[in-house]
Amino acid sequence: MPELILFGPLIGALIAGFGWRIIGERAAQNLTTGILIFVAVLSWIVFFQSYEEAETITILRWIDSGSLSVDWSIRMDRLTQIMLVVVTTVSALVHVYSLGYMKDDPQWNEGESYKPRFFAYLSFFTFSMLALVTSDNLLQMFFGWEGVGVASYLLIGFYYKKPSANAAAMKAFIVNRIGDFGFALGIFGLFYMTDSVNFSVIFESGEALSLESFSFLGMELNAVEILAFLLFIGAMGKSAQLFLHTWLPDAMEGPTPVSALIHAATMVTAGVFLVARMSPIFEFASGTLVFVTVLGASTAFVAATIALVQNDIKRVIAYSTMSQLGYMFAAAGVGAYQVAMFHLFTHAFFKALLFLGAGSVITAMHHEQDMRNYGGLRHKIPKTFWAMMLGTLAITGVGIPLTFIGFAGFFSKDAIVEVTYAAGTAAGSYAFWMLVIAALMTSFYSWRLMFMTFYGAPKGDMHTHDHAHESPLVMLVPLAVLSLGAILAGVLGKGVFFGEAVFEWFGESVYMGAQNGVIEAAHEVPKWVKVSPFVAMILGFLTAYLFYVARPAIPAALVKRNQGLYHFLLNKWYFDELYDLLFVKPSLKLGRFLWKKGDGTVIDGGLNGMAMGIIPWLTRLAGRWQSGYVFTYALAMILGIGVLITWFIFTRGTL
Amino acid sequence: MSIGIEHYLTVAAMLFVIGIFGIFLNRKNIIVILMSIELMLLAVNINMVAFSSYMGDLAGQIFTLFILTVAAAEAAIGLAILVVFYRNRGSIDVSDVNVMKG
Amino acid sequence: MVIATLAFYLFSAVAVVAGLMVVLSRNPVHAVLWLILTFFSAAGLFVILGAEFVAMLLVIVYVGAVAVLFLFVVMMLDVDFTELKSGMSKYVRIGSLIGLVILVELVIATSAWVVADSAPDMRAAITPALDEMENTVAIGSILYTQYVYLFQAAGLVLLVAMIGAIVLTMRHRKDVKRQDIVGQIYRDADKAVEMKDVKPGQGL
Repeated sequence: MPELILFGPLIGALIAGFGWRIIGERAAQNLTTGILIFVAVLSWIVFFQSYEEAETITILRWIDSGSLSVDWSIRMDRLTQIMLVVVTTVSALVHVYSLGYMKDDPQWNEGESYKPRFFAYLSFFTFSMLALVTSDNLLQMFFGWEGVGVASYLLIGFYYKKPSANAAAMKAFIVNRIGDFGFALGIFGLFYMTDSVNFSVIFESGEALSLESFSFLGMELNAVEILAFLLFIGAMGKSAQLFLHTWLPDAMEGPTPVSALIHAATMVTAGVFLVARMSPIFEFASGTLVFVTVLGASTAFVAATIALVQNDIKRVIAYSTMSQLGYMFAAAGVGAYQVAMFHLFTHAFFKALLFLGAGSVITAMHHEQDMRNYGGLRHKIPKTFWAMMLGTLAITGVGIPLTFIGFAGFFSKDAIVEVTYAAGTAAGSYAFWMLVIAALMTSFYSWRLMFMTFYGAPKGDMHTHDHAHESPLVMLVPLAVLSLGAILAGVLGKGVFFGEAVFEWFGESVYMGAQNGVIEAAHEVPKWVKVSPFVAMILGFLTAYLFYVARPAIPAALVKRNQGLYHFLLNKWYFDELYDLLFVKPSLKLGRFLWKKGDGTVIDGGLNGMAMGIIPWLTRLAGRWQSGYVFTYALAMILGIGVLITWFIFTRGTL
Repeated sequence: MSIGIEHYLTVAAMLFVIGIFGIFLNRKNIIVILMSIELMLLAVNINMVAFSSYMGDLAGQIFTLFILTVAAAEAAIGLAILVVFYRNRGSIDVSDVNVMKG
Repeated sequence: MVIATLAFYLFSAVAVVAGLMVVLSRNPVHAVLWLILTFFSAAGLFVILGAEFVAMLLVIVYVGAVAVLFLFVVMMLDVDFTELKSGMSKYVRIGSLIGLVILVELVIATSAWVVADSAPDMRAAITPALDEMENTVAIGSILYTQYVYLFQAAGLVLLVAMIGAIVLTMRHRKDVKRQDIVGQIYRDADKAVEMKDVKPGQGL
């Protein structure tokens, strides 16, 4: 069964991608969607099986070279099951949603076929992601890693006629590449130290690695710290953490279903999955874990600040994603990998819901994405409104503290806040405060989005407002399913992800070090800690209500008085400009230099110079000897005689 | 001082180099070139005869005979060509002998 | 012995000076005359060396034929005694340099000459002692026996040269009346003369 789950989407992608001319566009769409739904059902069935130990299903032999022996195989354990469910469910729902969303796309002219390509790419992405999560060894995981990168590139640049889309796709791929380089170095290092890339071997060697060190550039470095750090760099790139995050907002150039699938629920969570999967290594790399925590918390904070002032609806949700990913990494950094997976699980639902809902709003408003042109839409598109309301309730973490009643984000976010407090380390405390403030800001910007879009007076183009209509059923059904998940995932999952059953349920899939008692300690934290996210959420809600419903003049006044801060946040903390200055411009300059001087002057110039310069010059020089003048010939003869006589003298007549 | 073979060889060498020199030096006419060639051949002849005398080998003198023959023949042909050239071109200035240019 | 030395130095000095003058003189007729002087002094050198046959041959052939031929051509070609063209040819500098180099090398080579021990045994035609045979007789005795093929070949070379020279320079002049020997010989007497009966006092 796992093989079916893994290869189903691939077959769908191949048939739809290459054979749509034969089977027709509608058949291609329906085939891929059908396969995905079938695979999602299978995943849920597999989810309710239990694996005592990790089971390995070998499919094919791959590499057998020296000490490197790698197979194509599937590893089934609890982590895999969680990810399978997440990926296939969201993917299936996105496929269904896309049936409606991509129906009449204004970017393409009549007769240009784009739908089969889209669905094929979506299925290909799903296959790559599944290969990533089911892999039994680092090489296969890297294959899946790169595959999702490729799929992301193809899908972000789906509207290839727009130059901004192409640029965004390249940016995503290139920034990812930096992360991938770190990841690759980590794989090489692990192979070098443990002579294998298979998880079964690597997981055993965590402790041994923590005692070893290798020298690099004259420094003695602890092996496991460096390897974990390198692996985390890969996670940073793929999950858009701080410093490698610049690609995520630009990735919104792709169609909205793509944003929902890839940049909310699945691809960006691959980094979190990596950290959780490699927990046997990370648990011994305490220094790296501190770095992970700090970085995750900082990302959450920075992203939330940027989202406060964004005006594009998709950008707000994108930064929200970045922020929530920071939450997950903060949890993983303090050692609570299960809690990070919990948040991953719930986040997939409500973030996909938010994105698809936003897509619904965008189609209703005829592809208008600027929130300043929205307003008062809750009467025009009520079903979308309720879906987004549920999503916002989930993400802000609305619920009754100290009880079991609440939406999905309530449980997972609070769990993260609690474990960061319970970690007790300096990094943990830093993370705790950052995350609480970020929760406040999350609440604020999420409710800001809701109020600007659905409440208030209609702004912008009235013509579009008149034509706003509800989305078709095929787009609403996924929203409904996801809403269900957003409501129930927290309640249902709390026990096994965070409660008493967590270790038993997760089993061996996540390794907890001997000193790691953070999850138990999280249940013992003081009450004020448990209530703090709730308080933050309430504060954010009230502030947003004040700013956007009660007294709408306040935001404008605030902006006018804090122009610098506003622009700093609006321009994303000027990261793009900084990177442009530090990396892009020098790279372009270097490239141009190497092209013009290196390639042009040296190579072309060398060859051209040889062929068209030096050789003709030599030829012309030789041609001067054929002047027709007797003098020249005589001179040549005399020179020859001179040479001969000299030669004879030096060889003393003996030839 | 008794005359050794080196003396003769030195004389021959000097005549040879004068012949070479003469090819470059003149810019007037081709006849001087032909005469320089004759000088060079004469130098070679002196060499031959000197060796023949000091080695006691008559083959040197026989060879001199043949060199003489060939030199005469070559002078004749050279001059014939010169005459025809002069008939066609009207000048025996060395700089004008450049039909084979290129 | 002193006379031999003196004679050698005299002849060689004259030869070298005359050679130099051949090259340097402006008048081509003068040049040819200096060439003749060079040949004469070379012939003198040969006599000192004991090769009187070659010396006489030099005088007869070179001076008597070749140099005279040069004189003929010089005079025939109507060369005006133009001035020495200004400036040297641009190759003079390098040419004279190379010439100097060659001269120095040759002198070095000759002064450091050592005769190999096996050389006397490799002689092709040993000169008989002077009291046995004179030079001319000695040359004749081996020329027509050992080297007869080369001798005949030399004759052929001369033949070819002669024919070549004639072929190159022959041209038919349109304004010169020539005899057509063959036509003359094969003239038919009957057809040559036509008898016409002419009455006296009347023309043809």
